[in-house]
Amino acid sequence: MTATLNPPSTAGATATSRRLTTAKAIVEAIGQEMETAPSVILLGEDVGAYGGIFSSTTGLLEKFGPTRVLDTPISETAFIGLATGAAVEGLRPIVELMFVDFMGVCLDQIYNHLAKIHFESGGNVSVPVVLTTAVGGGYSDGAQHSQCLWGTFAHLPGLKVVVPSNPYDAKGLMTAAIRDDNPVVYMFHKGVMGLPWMAKNRRSTGEVPAESYQVEIGRASVARRGTDVTVVTVSLSVHHALDVAEQLESDGISAEVIDLRSLVPLDRAAIRESVARTGRLVVVDEDYLSFGMSAEVIASVVEHDPRMLTRAPIRVAVPDVPIPYARELEYAVLPTRARIEAAIRGVMQG
Amino acid sequence: MTDRNDSAAPGPDVRRELYRTMVLIRSFEEAILADYHADKKPAWDIGAGLIPGEMHLSAGQEPVAAGVCAHLRADDAVTATHRPHHFALAHGVDIDRMAAEIYGRETGLGRGRGGHMHLFDPATHFSCSGIIAEGYPPALGQAFAFKHRGGDGVAVAVTGEGAANQGAFHESLNLAALWQLPVVFVVEDNDWGISVPRSASTAVPDNSVRAAAYGMPGIRVEENAVEGVYSAAGEAVERARFGGGPTLIEVHTLRLWGHFEGDAQGYRPELADVPGRDPIPAYEASLRADGVLDEDEISRIRTEAAARVERAVQFAKDSPHPDPAQAREYVFAGAS
Repeated sequence: MTATLNPPSTAGATATSRRLTTAKAIVEAIGQEMETAPSVILLGEDVGAYGGIFSSTTGLLEKFGPTRVLDTPISETAFIGLATGAAVEGLRPIVELMFVDFMGVCLDQIYNHLAKIHFESGGNVSVPVVLTTAVGGGYSDGAQHSQCLWGTFAHLPGLKVVVPSNPYDAKGLMTAAIRDDNPVVYMFHKGVMGLPWMAKNRRSTGEVPAESYQVEIGRASVARRGTDVTVVTVSLSVHHALDVAEQLESDGISAEVIDLRSLVPLDRAAIRESVARTGRLVVVDEDYLSFGMSAEVIASVVEHDPRMLTRAPIRVAVPDVPIPYARELEYAVLPTRARIEAAIRGVMQG
Repeated sequence: MTDRNDSAAPGPDVRRELYRTMVLIRSFEEAILADYHADKKPAWDIGAGLIPGEMHLSAGQEPVAAGVCAHLRADDAVTATHRPHHFALAHGVDIDRMAAEIYGRETGLGRGRGGHMHLFDPATHFSCSGIIAEGYPPALGQAFAFKHRGGDGVAVAVTGEGAANQGAFHESLNLAALWQLPVVFVVEDNDWGISVPRSASTAVPDNSVRAAAYGMPGIRVEENAVEGVYSAAGEAVERARFGGGPTLIEVHTLRLWGHFEGDAQGYRPELADVPGRDPIPAYEASLRADGVLDEDEISRIRTEAAARVERAVQFAKDSPHPDPAQAREYVFAGAS
């Protein structure tokens, strides 16, 4: 696969596009799919009248009623398993795990059932579930409500893992996820949703076509072209990397930013294509450092051809420590702009 | 406790069918038992032989599967456990493809990717899970889908008594009752959670009382007798099918053999009495005494079952092994 420029140059120019937050783009995609496909249902905690704690389902109950938009008890094992069984029978459930950190109470249904049934059945049973979940920190929510954990899901075979960074991709990837015949874990960072009650990057709002469209799952995008160094990242870190890249331009450093958009499938070709041109690689990951996405991205290059790298790669990730509560501690471990800048300058030296 | 009147009792045709189902299951389990052990001697290696891996056989628990599934249609769903063969056969899963899966062949239900704890049959809406209690939540989803589309399908969710102490069990009972889903929860109490007796795992005398906590009917069938199960299940399936919501049925059944093959059961003090509690000879005797079956019919049923199982096992053995070059297929739909 090759990367596409993101958003595609035509995306912002359609007659019907408006500026939406990522949250509203997600809701629009779900609503459009629910209108066209009666098999699509939505369930989870507080997805009804509340509209999702992170506004991922606002207005859908009013539009589609309580038979298709269902508030559940706080019983993640039961309702995620319910989604799996309903999908086996031909429905296309979207099921929300409020925070990804809560996977500990229901992981068996996710990785032993949702992820494995297609394989164990020799391809005879499909499980088209979209498991949406909020990820990420930066607002002092502590060690049990601030993790990303996409590397954990990506490690478990059978789950596609989608991590949008902006409104355009969020809508197109959601549409693609709902139409996909596989389980898709759709991980939205609270910091990219454009919530009025949380600090947000300007990129959390953007042009979104009103009509339905898909963004292919498994295809990275080049969020910014550059020639000196490749920065590979996902989610909110794309925003930070772009901020840093813009700032470094005046210092004569041209950084290319690759937004992976999904971890499974991983667009290894797009990573290699960029590194082949720049020879330098920085990976930025808000998930934990060890055994995760950052190592996988580097392996994608060095297993292919270690000579592509003219410098040792640098990883900017959460060191292997739970996310701290106190602001100064949390920001000491998150992949901040300052850490990304230091990494880019570091890989440029020598 | 069940306390049913005669009107709920099955007629002669149904009784013959219940017997036939139990005999077929037992024939199948005996064939698997023989082949499982045939080539694991003299040194025991769980991964060796014609049938590798763990093997949890259901001998002794046939009355539960036969009694429940007699009320089901092929478009009703069953989610079974790590000990799934009796429910699979009673619900009408194709015996040839089921055997082939157990023998790890390409013609198996899961093309050899699943194994005996992971049988999936879309034709009969059958599945099972090797994780204790975790087959309950997907059954809710199948029941939800039936109800959502306005159909009258029912989902039966099976666990053992050890599973009733898992969170998934309780979450599922609550949600099924809350949403009035057409589910029949079946607990097979075979007294033993591997080596731990119920008295050492469970705070209540039996699990049927737990239904009260979720506002649904709970029934304990104390005897491991197929007709008692049949009566209790008939009421529960009818309740589910006609909008009355879920029921919890616990059957006090019998694990005739070990937890898995190779289990010496040294922890089981009543071991010497177990063969005498086999439910199939007991049922056969009662059918004979009632004039429902004579010796010829019994003999014919047994012969037919043995022949059917032999054909299934032969189908499995004649089937090709999966190609190692295809070990990475079927992870994703549309990808292979």
